[in-house]
Amino acid sequence: MLRKLVLLGLAAAIVGLCVFWFVTIPATIPASALAPYTPNAANGREMFYAGGCTSCHATPGQEDRTRLGGGLGLKSPFGTFYVPNISSDPNDGIGKWSEADFLTAMQKGTSPDGRHYFPAFPYGSYQRMRTEDVRDLFAHLKTLPPVQGKVRDHDVPFPFNVRRLVGGWKFLYLDGQPFQGDSARPAEWNRGAYLVNAPGHCAECHSPRTALGGIIAAQRFAGGPNPEGEGWVPNITQKGLGDYSEKDIAYLLETGQTPDGDSVGGSMTTVVRNTAQLTPEDRNAIAAYLKTLAPVEGPKKPEKSKKD
Amino acid sequence: MLRTVIAVAAIAIGVTAVAAQSDPIAARKALMKEQGAQTKIGAGMAKGEAPFDLSKAQAIFANYIDTAAKMPELFPPNSKTGGETTAAPKIWEDPAGFKAGFVKLSNEAKAAQSNVKDLDSFKSAFGGVTKNCGGCHESYRVKKS
Repeated sequence: MLRKLVLLGLAAAIVGLCVFWFVTIPATIPASALAPYTPNAANGREMFYAGGCTSCHATPGQEDRTRLGGGLGLKSPFGTFYVPNISSDPNDGIGKWSEADFLTAMQKGTSPDGRHYFPAFPYGSYQRMRTEDVRDLFAHLKTLPPVQGKVRDHDVPFPFNVRRLVGGWKFLYLDGQPFQGDSARPAEWNRGAYLVNAPGHCAECHSPRTALGGIIAAQRFAGGPNPEGEGWVPNITQKGLGDYSEKDIAYLLETGQTPDGDSVGGSMTTVVRNTAQLTPEDRNAIAAYLKTLAPVEGPKKPEKSKKD
Repeated sequence: MLRTVIAVAAIAIGVTAVAAQSDPIAARKALMKEQGAQTKIGAGMAKGEAPFDLSKAQAIFANYIDTAAKMPELFPPNSKTGGETTAAPKIWEDPAGFKAGFVKLSNEAKAAQSNVKDLDSFKSAFGGVTKNCGGCHESYRVKKS
């Protein structure tokens, strides 16, 4: 009897492992899936700034934000991630990557050597980008200067350093769906919704997360504790931005200034360095979309301040 | 009359100085608040919500210069916490970088004072000078709520 139970348990474990193995296979996009295409340089630049690549990939403390040598330490509850070099350098950056490699990274979160990227790289949002936009972005990245130097390994302790486990995270939180617009809404709203949810990846910081690091869908955009440590990320639903006009939001994205004469700080400062480079139409579209986000109560703040 | 004005001014300065010494957190918050109020006036003009007014524009830059001169002294080591301060620890870890930010703000505000003549020159100068707000808040302020 005991023998049978042990055998049964063993069989269940093997089946479970097989299922886990199957479910967590890193997905890729084959080169054969890509039709011939001529990239649009202007759109590539717009995607580059909408995507905020430089916020994380520009080497810290460097004036020129287009030198993407990486190295920034991104703190998280799971350890510190060191942002890789995505400059056009053939050895240390992505100079040797194919278009399919880049699409696979952006939309499947899988590296050219077939490993899962940690979702500190916000492919949960980038997966929603249009393939053409990703191809234009790739073409733009190729025009930026090569920067030598490999970035150090992540400082992520066991068990989070087991890459295969990221496959489980993807199973839970990565749906592989492209952006879905709303044909009942104006074109500007749809553009804004796309910029915010796909390249802009605003929800990645402006939403609370589960203990496993997934965005809590019901509180998307409702802010929460800063994943990088101290401080609080603001609620950008109408609960938090009810007093902002569309013009106020667009002006903030251009200048970093809030309607009360304050300025944004922390990581948002680098975000604004990017959004300041977007076309005014795109900033207005983002503002138009954000103004339609229903008010959602975020996680409770640790201390109440009279000021807020 | 003149004597009264001087006396009142002297008392006002004295009170401010004492307040700054006894409660630097409240003093720097008040300065930031006033700077924010001035910036709001500037943003209103830059956004076209309010008509351009050269004397208001000059007052904004004068306020920046004044604030930049007073702020660096309001962060003694005993004011790292308390009073709902949003001051980041980096202020005391990198005092040179922190102070350099105010020198830059002051210099750029002075340049703006002499360059601004109309709405267009104001927009460009105001946009440039106020980059310093975020430049400093990026590293030296932590919003806790």
